[in-house]
Amino acid sequence: MMFNTIEQLVSLAEEKEVKISDIMIEQEASNFADGDKDAVFYRMSHQLNVMRQAVERGLKENLKSRSGLAGGDARLLDLYNKNNEPICGNLLITALSMATAAAEVNACMGAIVAAPTAGACGVLPGCLFALEKHWDLSESDLIHALFTAGAVGLVIANNASISGAEGGCQAEIGSAAGMAAAAVTQLAGGTPRQCAHAIAIALKSLLGLVCDPVAGLVEIPCIKRNATATAIALSSADMALAGLESVIPCDEVIEAMHRVGCSIPVTLRETSMGGLATTKTAQEITKKIFG
Amino acid sequence: MIGPSSSHTAGAAKIGLMARDIFGVQPKKVKIVFYGSFAKTYKGHGTDLAVVGGLLGYHADDQRIVDSINTAQKVGMTIDISTSDEETAHPNTVKIIMEHGDKTFEVVGVSPGGGKAELVEVNGFKVKAHADSNFLLVFHNDRKGVIATVAGLLASHDINIGTMEVDRKAKGAEALMLIQADQPVPKKISKALENLPHVTSVIVFNETIFDK
Repeated sequence: MMFNTIEQLVSLAEEKEVKISDIMIEQEASNFADGDKDAVFYRMSHQLNVMRQAVERGLKENLKSRSGLAGGDARLLDLYNKNNEPICGNLLITALSMATAAAEVNACMGAIVAAPTAGACGVLPGCLFALEKHWDLSESDLIHALFTAGAVGLVIANNASISGAEGGCQAEIGSAAGMAAAAVTQLAGGTPRQCAHAIAIALKSLLGLVCDPVAGLVEIPCIKRNATATAIALSSADMALAGLESVIPCDEVIEAMHRVGCSIPVTLRETSMGGLATTKTAQEITKKIFG
Repeated sequence: MIGPSSSHTAGAAKIGLMARDIFGVQPKKVKIVFYGSFAKTYKGHGTDLAVVGGLLGYHADDQRIVDSINTAQKVGMTIDISTSDEETAHPNTVKIIMEHGDKTFEVVGVSPGGGKAELVEVNGFKVKAHADSNFLLVFHNDRKGVIATVAGLLASHDINIGTMEVDRKAKGAEALMLIQADQPVPKKISKALENLPHVTSVIVFNETIFDK
């Protein structure tokens, strides 16, 4: 492995005067005998396509999950965005609607890309495709952004966790927001160090978030958390680009995330035994679906 | 992959597919036991559909997973699903016991997140076999020299041993070598290995089963 921490990743990019994504492409290519970077890039372009199709499907089709609880919210956001002046502006609501679209397709057992997980699959496409429209980004820019996000996810997976059952929702939605914050910062022309600050700011905002899915589904509160985490990712990137720095270094935030994850009780780690999952309404829903 | 969960759907499908590949045939009878988070949320996360989908040979992005349990019934695969409160090292754990004729095989798989999968137990032996690796399971009798002859035969076939683990039921009893290789291992090598003294059976697993 070329890097185990965000600091190593950033230092490598600084030394070589390249983007974080260039380091990640090199790392991924080293896993193959022929070290073919084009092949690695091509594989990632496929992931981007699946993400794009999920967002398009979620915005176009009248989706309903098998439980009947999820579907249609992405379209509501899209409609609101077209017919109103949203408080947070059109760009942000576009991102929220796209994030919701992918998360709704996921709840309907449709094809998505885990980023880093399926429950958190909306954040990255929400950020990327909203900015693609806004800035007229190229396919190659977006694929690079995915590699940067992947590098962040890899470091978090190796030093903390990306599993809700192990580390709570902070491990899923939190990681997704950190990954997307780095990807967006890079797309905006930020430095690798600014990417690290953006990750830290995003992770800190979601530190301690518990995993408490209603009825054991990946619907409530997962889908809306994809949207709100998209807003956190974009605002964290803006803060880092403005020059704000995380006083606690990114790797220490990840280390804290690991410790916090270990101390989250099992009832709040994807067991539906606590939190929102045991509210009165959630219990009624569970009874209705599973008897 | 298809949703709704990378650990509880995609990872679970991979464990099912690994189990099927290692078993060598589509099982006629399957017992599935969910532990930890899997036990609490498998219905909502479609973990049961995913494991059965894997056992039917489906990949994690195969839309047919959604209907796998009905399909299993149609093709004559009997499925028994239960949950256990027993503590496991990882919260996302599943045990799969497969039967076909007089052949049975048991694996315990773990899904650590993001769609990764690994087997932590094979027929009662402790292992750590990742889905994204190539490995050999060499069942043998615990006798001196067996490991050396196996390693020698692999070397003569130009296969480098990346990592290796050995576990045994008791001194001089049944034992298992888990050998991870850098490159895919040709399936036919199992025949040559099985001809070695004290080697009882060999299973080859290659990560390429997840490619399409």
